[in-house]
Amino acid sequence: MSHDMSHDMSTATAAAATARPAAARAVLKAEARLFRREPGGLFWITVFPTLLLVVLGSIPSFRETNASLGGLRLIDAYVPVSVLLAMIMAGLQAMPPVVTGYRERGILRRMSATPVRPGALLGAQMGLHGAATLVSAALTLLVGRLAFDVPLPRQIFGYVLALALAVLVMLALGALVSALSRTQKIAGAVGSIVVFPMMFSAGVWLPVQAMPDTLARIVELLPLGAAAQALGEATVGDWPSWHQLGVLALWTAVLSAAAARWFRWE
Amino acid sequence: MFSAAVPDDARSMSVIEVSDLRKVYGGRAVVDGVSFSVEEGEIFGILGPNGAGKTTTVECIEGLRIPDAGSVKVAGLDPNTDHDRVTQLLGAQLQESELQAKLTVQEALELYSSFYERPADWRPLALRLGLTEKLGTRFGKLSGGQKQRLFIALALVGGPRVVVLDELTTGLDPRARRDTWQLIEEVRASGVTVLLVTHFMEEAQRLCDRIAVIDQGRIAALDTPAGLISRSASSTVISFTPSRPLDLRELAELPAAASVSADDRDGRVSINGTDETVNAVITLLARHHITAHQLRVSDATLDDAFLDLTGATT
Repeated sequence: MSHDMSHDMSTATAAAATARPAAARAVLKAEARLFRREPGGLFWITVFPTLLLVVLGSIPSFRETNASLGGLRLIDAYVPVSVLLAMIMAGLQAMPPVVTGYRERGILRRMSATPVRPGALLGAQMGLHGAATLVSAALTLLVGRLAFDVPLPRQIFGYVLALALAVLVMLALGALVSALSRTQKIAGAVGSIVVFPMMFSAGVWLPVQAMPDTLARIVELLPLGAAAQALGEATVGDWPSWHQLGVLALWTAVLSAAAARWFRWE
Repeated sequence: MFSAAVPDDARSMSVIEVSDLRKVYGGRAVVDGVSFSVEEGEIFGILGPNGAGKTTTVECIEGLRIPDAGSVKVAGLDPNTDHDRVTQLLGAQLQESELQAKLTVQEALELYSSFYERPADWRPLALRLGLTEKLGTRFGKLSGGQKQRLFIALALVGGPRVVVLDELTTGLDPRARRDTWQLIEEVRASGVTVLLVTHFMEEAQRLCDRIAVIDQGRIAALDTPAGLISRSASSTVISFTPSRPLDLRELAELPAAASVSADDRDGRVSINGTDETVNAVITLLARHHITAHQLRVSDATLDDAFLDLTGATT
């Protein structure tokens, strides 16, 4: 029964034109205000990853050159890891409970009965979480450079491209978690479970560059494993390999399609 | 105060036209051939037991559902294909739809008024709805009654021609309910057509110009409240305490008497019937030299008519 109803909703939503731009901006403004009223979420996305970098960097062994990292220091490898951690926090911990809660409490439905589409709310949420991860990434790079002398990315365009794909893939995964979770509680729980393989593949416990070869090859097939490699390559000045970018793009496409297929407005 | 954009040439036409509406869920027709039209400026009620298909019907009008068969027109427009234009004309107060917990009342009013081409000024609206003191309060901190008033404000903030109010007073205390009724009458007086979904008889009887009684997905009756009451078999209730016991069977045989009952404790007799029954009862009592103490003759309520029409309990 709920499937049929939701089918109606999405068809009805797709049928008409896009919302008026002024209204969509007003939605974004209101959501931005609400976003700032959740200091917990903001902390985990924008502050925590850099804080982790500072804590790790204060351990002397992290600042010594490491043969298994090809002459890099562990702290160098942890800069991309911290950047990816912000995306995990935003996409999997912060966003799914918000979006699922909006559906559960009929907020999306209420908006469906106005000239503005509920998609405007979803777009605003994704945009805000994506923007927060970029702020977080900038902070991490800055602190890494100033406090621990970690060089800034040398292949800046490649880095930005890999960063953008990593943000998209995590937002798509978060949207899929929201789509598949019926309640806010379930979304929170599912997000917290999926966080662990994502953190592992991003290299939170062991940077991908330091993983044994076979493990690294497997992890590279996961979205954040590929992202970690791509960010690492761009940092040292190489264009990220098409293999990593391709894996990221493919995951983004598959996860977005799945989220769109199963997302329900009510 | 509740400004409504009503072009003169649109008066006296139907604002909402529903014909042969059908909606099927899981092989079961939840709405099964419903037709009615709502005229400009009236308060039209949709009354029915829970699960009768009331909400599904109005959701088709609001453009939230696509009918499986039949058609729905709002000011001549299809709510699905013309969603943007219909939502500019139609304000909806939905069941079980909240707002973001940390959004303040003022932010909600400003946000929702930005959605419309010709919004009403939200300040006088907030004043009339008693929300001025609460403008800075977050939605999550409002009481049930305050939330309902905010929802009414949001349904009106777009300056609609018609508002759909679905189970508006459910969960309100009697006083807040009466305040809300007053408000609905004011909304109508300002020229806005009201489609009211309810399962409260008293509310429908007090407010509605016409009522469609929906039962099991079909319209069981469509009439004015008085018309619905008079069309039921027992439009008049006669009750009295007889000076000495009398034979109930004799009463039941009186013309047009639909039902007769006596209270075991005080012997008070109630007869449902029509005006014709009233005269017959008085004649009978006179013949038996029985005095009727505390004789009351009252019109049946919509409640009685509703039970007659649907056979349901409310």
